[in-house]
Amino acid sequence: MTTGEGAVLSVEGISVSLGGRQILDDVTFGVAAGEFTGLIGSNGAGKTTLLRVILGLQTPTAGLVRIAGRPRRRRNTAIGYVPQKVPLDPDMPMRARDLIGLGLDGHRFGIPIPTERRRAAIDEMLAAVDAESFADARIGTLSGGEQQRILIAHALIGRPGLLLLDEPLANLDLRSAQEVVGLLHRIAVEQRVAVLLSAHEMNPLLPVMDRVVYLAGGRAATGPAEEVIRSDVLTKLYGHHVDVLRVHGRVVVVAGDPDVTITGPDLAADAVI
Amino acid sequence: MHWVIEPGFFSSQPVHTALAIGGVVAVVSGVVGVFTVMRGQSFAGHALTDVSTAGGSAAFLLGISPLLGFIGLGVIGAGSMDAIGVQRVRGRDLVTGVVLGAATGLAALLLYFDTTSHATTGATQTILFGSIFSVAPGTTPVVVAFSLATVAIMAVLYRPLLLASTNPDMAAARGVPVRAIGLCFMAALAVAVGLSSLAIGTILSTALLIGPAATALRLTRRVGAAVAAAAAIGVAATWIGVLLAYDSYSWGSSHKGFPVSFFIVAVTFLAYLISGVTRVRAGAREG
Amino acid sequence: MFSGFMTNAWIVATIVAVIAGVVGFFVVLRGSAFPAHAIPNSAFAGAAAANVFGFNALLGLAGFAAAAAVGVATLGRRGRHDVATALALVMGLAIGAVFLSRSQEYEPRLFALLFGEVLGVSTTDLLPVAGLALACIAGILVLYRPLLLSSAVPQIGEARGVNPFRIELAFLLVVAAATAMTVPVVGALLIFSLMVGAPAAARSLTNRPPVAIIFSVVIALLTVWVAIAASYTTNWPIGFFVGTISAAAYAAGRIWFK
Repeated sequence: MTTGEGAVLSVEGISVSLGGRQILDDVTFGVAAGEFTGLIGSNGAGKTTLLRVILGLQTPTAGLVRIAGRPRRRRNTAIGYVPQKVPLDPDMPMRARDLIGLGLDGHRFGIPIPTERRRAAIDEMLAAVDAESFADARIGTLSGGEQQRILIAHALIGRPGLLLLDEPLANLDLRSAQEVVGLLHRIAVEQRVAVLLSAHEMNPLLPVMDRVVYLAGGRAATGPAEEVIRSDVLTKLYGHHVDVLRVHGRVVVVAGDPDVTITGPDLAADAVI
Repeated sequence: MHWVIEPGFFSSQPVHTALAIGGVVAVVSGVVGVFTVMRGQSFAGHALTDVSTAGGSAAFLLGISPLLGFIGLGVIGAGSMDAIGVQRVRGRDLVTGVVLGAATGLAALLLYFDTTSHATTGATQTILFGSIFSVAPGTTPVVVAFSLATVAIMAVLYRPLLLASTNPDMAAARGVPVRAIGLCFMAALAVAVGLSSLAIGTILSTALLIGPAATALRLTRRVGAAVAAAAAIGVAATWIGVLLAYDSYSWGSSHKGFPVSFFIVAVTFLAYLISGVTRVRAGAREG
Repeated sequence: MFSGFMTNAWIVATIVAVIAGVVGFFVVLRGSAFPAHAIPNSAFAGAAAANVFGFNALLGLAGFAAAAAVGVATLGRRGRHDVATALALVMGLAIGAVFLSRSQEYEPRLFALLFGEVLGVSTTDLLPVAGLALACIAGILVLYRPLLLSSAVPQIGEARGVNPFRIELAFLLVVAAATAMTVPVVGALLIFSLMVGAPAAARSLTNRPPVAIIFSVVIALLTVWVAIAASYTTNWPIGFFVGTISAAAYAAGRIWFK
């Protein structure tokens, strides 16, 4: 289940307990350069906590995180991060290209010097995420999908080895979600970036996911999608009976507890128990 | 007993007026204040005090009762803020901030006219920092009337306001006119601010509005209990303040005394800080 | 109105406006409306204390303002941000009022500190004020990038290692310095108008942060210059002009933006 040396991200035995609750229990997996990994789990399964541990914003009760082989340090610029639900003030005077520029050096003191190299890097990113048409618009006035792309460009411009996204598809319509997934896959492959994104709905990711980290009750099952998304594996993970059905290339996970049921968006609702 | 309560305290007419007005005003402030804090509208409450300042200054200039100026302009200010209000939280703070600025500027001008035209000194001090010892006894019935009316309105609005404040979407779904309720509440807030401006001045009335309420909300989770506690704390702070101010006239050699408003604000601040300590002591089970 | 002791007033006014425009841009960006109101009120108490105990006013202003900045940043970490700052704000004013009540000229001093005074800064204080102004500018230049990032998208700032508390503290200290020089001229109660109205209007005019700052400074300069000239001519308090012009600028910005 673990990809060892050469893994850009290596999560080893991470456990987190908060206020008496075991949020994460001995989670172990790795992501290699160019790999697209989906972190799947329902709301409250611990996805955001795990991402925060990887980012260094949450101290685990046990376990270790390695970035490019080295143990995680506080200020680690090798990680690009796209947070969930970023509220942007429409009155804020900042253009899309300004925010992307901050991805290069926003954490350093001083003022940004507008060199030709900086401009070129920003233009390159705008092209990579297909955002040239709204580069000079105020970030607060962009649509959800457009903002998403700008945030991705912001995260990528520093050429990180690892890109983390927290529920990037949550508020997007199906087409935008598919576009973002396609974009991220392209980035992973072309720029050899390790991509880890969390979602509670795995179907948009199935065509491109190399590996899956499936979280339930704080525990994780990891590996290639065909090996993990199976009735026997998930039953063992959940601790109660779970069926995995495949219908027209879509996956439906049906469990006894309605909370953990995941369905494809265009399937009839009566697939859910 | 002598060193706590100076002689003449209970027989002094201004003291009676001060205790009566202060007590009544504190109750209103406590009740309205709990909802102000719950709705996160402390800043709007503060902005209204500046609008009240302009109102009081205008009233002074025109020779009418400052109370009417405080309340009158305050209600108009509340209405305008609601009318031009913005949905986003940040935008709303900005709007209230700008209204505050314009109103304060206007108050500055009016107070300037007060001091130059009237030859009555102390307009600034009276309006901004209160005059509870020098209020005309005839004002008491007016204050009581406004206070009763405000408390009555709050009693009527209680349940829909509570719902609209904690869960506006559900309130709207249940047919509660959230916007209208918000406006009514702002009007009640304006009146509460106007009333306490009389007692401790416009600038400090925020303390009486928010201090006891925030303290009460720290001590209990139930709204009903918080309202009662806020009123009680407010009244206690006000009466202690009046007492200390009266006593202070015999302190030191200058016999100037310290302003009442200062004591009231200090007591409310102290109460808030102490409640913070007791909450920390009570343990980390709040998570 | 341009000769003699007024020269000093114009120089100070210009410095004050520039600082207010620059610092105010970030006040609006961060939505630091309320905390940026508490700091001037503490400064007021500091000036009052200086008046009563006989030390330099600027020292009192800066010292109390800095203390308030630390207090607001620390208190904001824990409990409800708005209640804590509301109470601190009011305490500042109450303490200031008590200090002033001990002095002889209670009423005029009170008025000047709250609503501004054209000759608020004496010639002897000109150099320290210029020094404070340079410190403010330096502070903003150094903090520019992390401040911009953590104000626009706080979650990313945090993930990139920008400590939100330290940035807030550093920024509020800059606001404290800006306040210390502005309060004597514009008045503790009106400084907020100047710091918010100009940048709020400016951001309707452009999408780019550096340009918005420049516009903010220009609008602040116009506001203060007009206010000083008008106050000198009519003898009306300078705070009145600052308040109304700032409000008008903000309103114009919103109408233009629509």
